[in-house]
Amino acid sequence: MHEITLCQNAVEIMQQVGRKNNARRITAVWMEIGPLACVEPEAVQFCFALVCRETLAEGAILHLETPVATHWCDACQQMITLISPGVSLCPHCAGRQVRVIADNGMKIKRIEIE
Amino acid sequence: MCSICGCASGEQRIEGTSSGDHHFHPHSSDNRDRLPFASRRLVDIEMDVLAKNNYIAGHNREHFAAAGILALNLVSSPGSGKTTLLTRTLTQLASGVECAVIEGDQQTTRDADRIRATGVAAIQVNTGKGCHLDAQMVHDALHQLSPAKNSLLFIENVGNLVCPASFDLGERHKIAVLSVTEGEDKPLKYPDMFAASGLMILNKIDLLPYVSFDVDTCIAHARQVNPRIEVIALSATTGAGMDQWLAWLEQQRCA
Repeated sequence: MHEITLCQNAVEIMQQVGRKNNARRITAVWMEIGPLACVEPEAVQFCFALVCRETLAEGAILHLETPVATHWCDACQQMITLISPGVSLCPHCAGRQVRVIADNGMKIKRIEIE
Repeated sequence: MCSICGCASGEQRIEGTSSGDHHFHPHSSDNRDRLPFASRRLVDIEMDVLAKNNYIAGHNREHFAAAGILALNLVSSPGSGKTTLLTRTLTQLASGVECAVIEGDQQTTRDADRIRATGVAAIQVNTGKGCHLDAQMVHDALHQLSPAKNSLLFIENVGNLVCPASFDLGERHKIAVLSVTEGEDKPLKYPDMFAASGLMILNKIDLLPYVSFDVDTCIAHARQVNPRIEVIALSATTGAGMDQWLAWLEQQRCA
């Protein structure tokens, strides 16, 4: 539900940067959704087109990057790859002291302007 | 030659059309913008979409630190008993500690009214269709509420285990309230919220004899998504376990 708020914020930032760079149009945008952002990429795609209407970014193509989370095992003191994404269990020591290393933000990486 | 785009089709005519002297391909300004040789550039931004929210949250946090206010953000699904927990907490605390409450709800002032009945100052933020409180709402509410120095500020978020996890309000901790009627797998089903919380309160433990809810399993699930999460089990209705919660608050106030 909050995806529309996030898209509005994003378009606001894009327009500010666009105007600063004398853009007539924003034709594309690259965004990254952090693995802990609790943001639904499909909802973002849907809302984005709506909130772009009648802005510099009308019709802009949205490229979404959704990197996966990485994990750190406190016991092994190293980065690990979970066997199953939902279960915080270290594959080396079977320990539960596993920390998620991931961004919980939604980032605008770059825009393409004309 | 066409003076707008430079193409060489200016002499074309279509029989039967009265458009006369100009060629037929459309030249709306919109179309001109899409010409293949319009210069396109990439501009790197690298900015968080929540940058504005996080900036205001930082401002709130500085304000809390300067005034010695302990701000706690209560999050849960609807009906977990946040307001009952708060009214009981305030009743037991009010004589010793200054408290204030910011209430978030989509509609009505029912919760704020219940808080005010305890004699504690409360302000209601109605989010309308919004599913969470954001830092600006808390900032605006703070200006109206002006909580006392060294006080305890409870922020009761909108009942929603998803969206409030993303929005930093400037609070010291998020506290996830989970009632035993909800199912012990909630932390696994809504991991972001439990990962973002410093404390999980298991509420309504007086109902444990009547529901199939295993406290240890629930705690194990919560620790799967957040090994550091603290847990307090209590009943805001009967008062069982409240001492532990009040002790936790006191410890945080002194931290």
